[in-house]
Amino acid sequence: MQRKFKNLEIWTVLAVALLFIGIFASLNAYTAESSWLHVSNFTITVYGKYLCYAMLAISVDLLWGYTGLLSLGQALFFTLGGYMMGMYLMRMIGDLGQYHQPIPDFLVFLGWTKLPAFWEPFSSFPFAMVMVLLLPGSLAGLFGYLAFRSRIRGVYFSILTQALTYAACLLFFRNSLLLGGNNGFTDFKFILGHDIRDASTQRGLFIASGIALVVVYLLCKWLTFTKLGKVQRAIRDSENRVMFSGYSTANFKLFIFIFAALIASVAGALYVPQVGIINPGEMAPDKSLEAVVWVSVGGRGTLIGPIIGAFAVNAMKSWATRAYPDLWLIFLGGMFIFVTVYMPKGIVGLPAQLRALYQKRFPSKPPAEPPATAASATIQPVKPE
Amino acid sequence: MIRRLKLLLPSLFAALALFSAHAQDETAIRAKLCQAIQSEGAAQSQLLLEISETGSKVVHDVLIAWTRDGVFIYDAGNGAKLAILLEDQTDADGKARAIRIDTGKFLTDDKNQELHLAATDLTTADTTAALRSLINKAMDTLALSDPDPGARSTAVLKLGNSQKPKNIEVLKARQIKETDAAVKKNIKEAIAMLQLADADPKIQIAALQELANLKTIGSLDMVNALAEKKGTDPEVVKAAKIAATRIGEHITVVNFFGTIFRGMSLGSILLIVTLGLAITFGLMGIINMAHGEMIAIGAYTSYVVQNIFGTGFSFSVNLPFSFFGHPLGFGLSIPGMNATGWFYESYFLFVLPLSFIMAALAGLVLERTVIRFLYRRPLESLLATWGVSLVMQQLFRMVFGANNVQVNSPRWLLGHFDINDVSLGYNRVFVIGFAIVIVIGTWMLLTKTPLGLLIRAVMQNRDMASCMGVRTTRVNMMTFAFGSGLAGLAGAFLSQIGNVGPSLGQSYIVDSFMTVVVGGVGSIVGTVYASAGIGTSDQILQQVTGSPVTGKIVVLICIILFLQWKPGGLFSIRSRSLD
Repeated sequence: MQRKFKNLEIWTVLAVALLFIGIFASLNAYTAESSWLHVSNFTITVYGKYLCYAMLAISVDLLWGYTGLLSLGQALFFTLGGYMMGMYLMRMIGDLGQYHQPIPDFLVFLGWTKLPAFWEPFSSFPFAMVMVLLLPGSLAGLFGYLAFRSRIRGVYFSILTQALTYAACLLFFRNSLLLGGNNGFTDFKFILGHDIRDASTQRGLFIASGIALVVVYLLCKWLTFTKLGKVQRAIRDSENRVMFSGYSTANFKLFIFIFAALIASVAGALYVPQVGIINPGEMAPDKSLEAVVWVSVGGRGTLIGPIIGAFAVNAMKSWATRAYPDLWLIFLGGMFIFVTVYMPKGIVGLPAQLRALYQKRFPSKPPAEPPATAASATIQPVKPE
Repeated sequence: MIRRLKLLLPSLFAALALFSAHAQDETAIRAKLCQAIQSEGAAQSQLLLEISETGSKVVHDVLIAWTRDGVFIYDAGNGAKLAILLEDQTDADGKARAIRIDTGKFLTDDKNQELHLAATDLTTADTTAALRSLINKAMDTLALSDPDPGARSTAVLKLGNSQKPKNIEVLKARQIKETDAAVKKNIKEAIAMLQLADADPKIQIAALQELANLKTIGSLDMVNALAEKKGTDPEVVKAAKIAATRIGEHITVVNFFGTIFRGMSLGSILLIVTLGLAITFGLMGIINMAHGEMIAIGAYTSYVVQNIFGTGFSFSVNLPFSFFGHPLGFGLSIPGMNATGWFYESYFLFVLPLSFIMAALAGLVLERTVIRFLYRRPLESLLATWGVSLVMQQLFRMVFGANNVQVNSPRWLLGHFDINDVSLGYNRVFVIGFAIVIVIGTWMLLTKTPLGLLIRAVMQNRDMASCMGVRTTRVNMMTFAFGSGLAGLAGAFLSQIGNVGPSLGQSYIVDSFMTVVVGGVGSIVGTVYASAGIGTSDQILQQVTGSPVTGKIVVLICIILFLQWKPGGLFSIRSRSLD
């Protein structure tokens, strides 16, 4: 029953995603601008952005919802991926910058006349793509190795990942890192020979993000069916029992942590050419927490939840920051408190929650079995101290 | 010129009030002053010398007025000539009341009517170039005779930096009379500094050795300039280089101890912040991301209380909604007490308990509305309180504005004292002292009082304590309120050291969580050591690496590595239980 339902979920997600991407992209490309069916270039960019956020949300959920590791550093990997892509895009500007020099403007501004050596290889797209995977992957590997080896878990893991993000954020704000300081990278011109502001390029990026999201979703879904996925959820529910059963939980966690970092990094690399800017503000501790909000609102411990959450919260944010700029943060904070306290399973878990409420109120019906979604088990058992 | 004099006159009146106690002396001084103004030649210089050694403020003001042609001679008619000053306020005819220098009172006619005179109608007490130089010298001596040792030191250092060798004479005259040890040392330094410009290499070398022995930081530039000046005697250059090295070493030592001191004060603030967190996080297991906003509540309490003591406090916020055509909003207006003097300066004494109470109340509300649902879900308490933190930050922004607000320190917290050239700010010393008091108080509360016993029991095992009849909900409430209150106190101190803004707490929250983790969760002693260590090493690294950011990064990396070695922190609680 469970398995069947999940297969149904996969097909639904696939169908909806492909329809959404296909219809949006073709409405943008093939309808006249005056037509009511037309999807503007702006909308395409905005939804492309949401698709990247959804990938970031999945990476958070893979750690939090499935492994019980609340990482507050996913925005770091997202931004790192973005920076790697940004470096390639900066090289593609060529001498079209404000100073008309063959090196990025901010380097000219800092008094450089020659390209620093580590910038050199980023002129090559394949190299940049390799770095998108390699750099965040190795950082996650190193940090994860150190953290899991000394059995840092639970809240301490969250705090440490937040500290790591904070440190990296401070580092990237420095000009001496030669990555643009607090302005970061912007003013991109070309990607793979196409003008980056061209409607067709943006559409291409939108389609690429959509496909990437579907691939990530399928990969993660497949992962949950494997033995690794089962161990992963077992770690979430009782790490000690898994350890005593002879599994090296540290290695499992390390693998998941690196995998999640790579997803976030790819999302970041797709995000940057669409929004046209990347700066250290993207890795501020707040951003990671915001991604956690999406997962929490959508419903953690499911793969569809983060996607719904990322779209819902960001669509609301786009609307509220324009309509009520002063109250938006209060709104976000309030929503977060409400969801955490009263809706621990998020939007996805809402029907089950309502059903339970209904049955409690009208107990005449025979009580159905409690819905055994994965999320219900995320509540940690009482500490036997 | 008259305008400048106008600025001086109020201070003259202040001086009159100040010295009324020494009426006897003052009458004599004033008489001599008048004599000096009206005499000439050798008698005049003798009189000037005499009055200059009194250190009187009146003399100072009159002498300044004199050099600026602000002293007039009034012919009273019966052959008596009076030295007078004119008041700054003039009437329509450009006339002003006159002040008699010999009595300090307004000039009157026979019928006790105050006379109004115009500057143009009066004879100015003339000054020649020679007299002006005499007066200037007298004023230097005067400054050196100031009754306040601090003012004397300032005057001495000013002369020392003047690079005019003729000032040596004045300084030497004072050196004989000086009794204060600090001022004596300053005079020595100033003389040596002036002697650097001497033509005789022997005197120069002697002066350099003197400076090297006294380790005068202020002379380093002069010594270096002398060493680099062309045509200086090679022996002098050698001595100058030796002196520069020794002074440089001294500066290093001073900077080192200054750094440690600043680190300690930073560490103490971090300590108070962290102590609150050690209770809510360490003991209760609640990750309160809104802890930083509790700090901000304390800091803003300080701001509001200061305004209530001053001109009052008010705000109004308009919401972008309306209710049946009425725009919605909220606001508050508290009239000010317009306090002045010592009462105004004492506002900070009211801030301390109030900031604690306000933050504790906020903590109480937070515990009742959000946190009590999350005692068994620590990770989720992190998320919910982050939401609270967002809401509160935005509320601060709406009420107090997005920009930083200025909190003025009371006068008794300003200023500093020096120990061997290391400057210790009163506010920082105060913070360190108070942190110690708070730590001891918290420790006493937790270990020596019945409430502390209940707190520890509930935190160790909530269910068991509940079975034994402890009202756990009440203890939870009070513990959380106490932890939040401590954060509020920290905010009150922070308002004395830096600016207060809506995101004040954000800069401390990551640091303080790290500190609790490093110290060992649940250990107050560990927290104390960790915040002292992190605060100090942060400051030292800032100096070593030359940038505050790099220092912070290095500290964070060190903490991550430290946890590899001791995952439970400095003082981990040993337990056989598994989580």
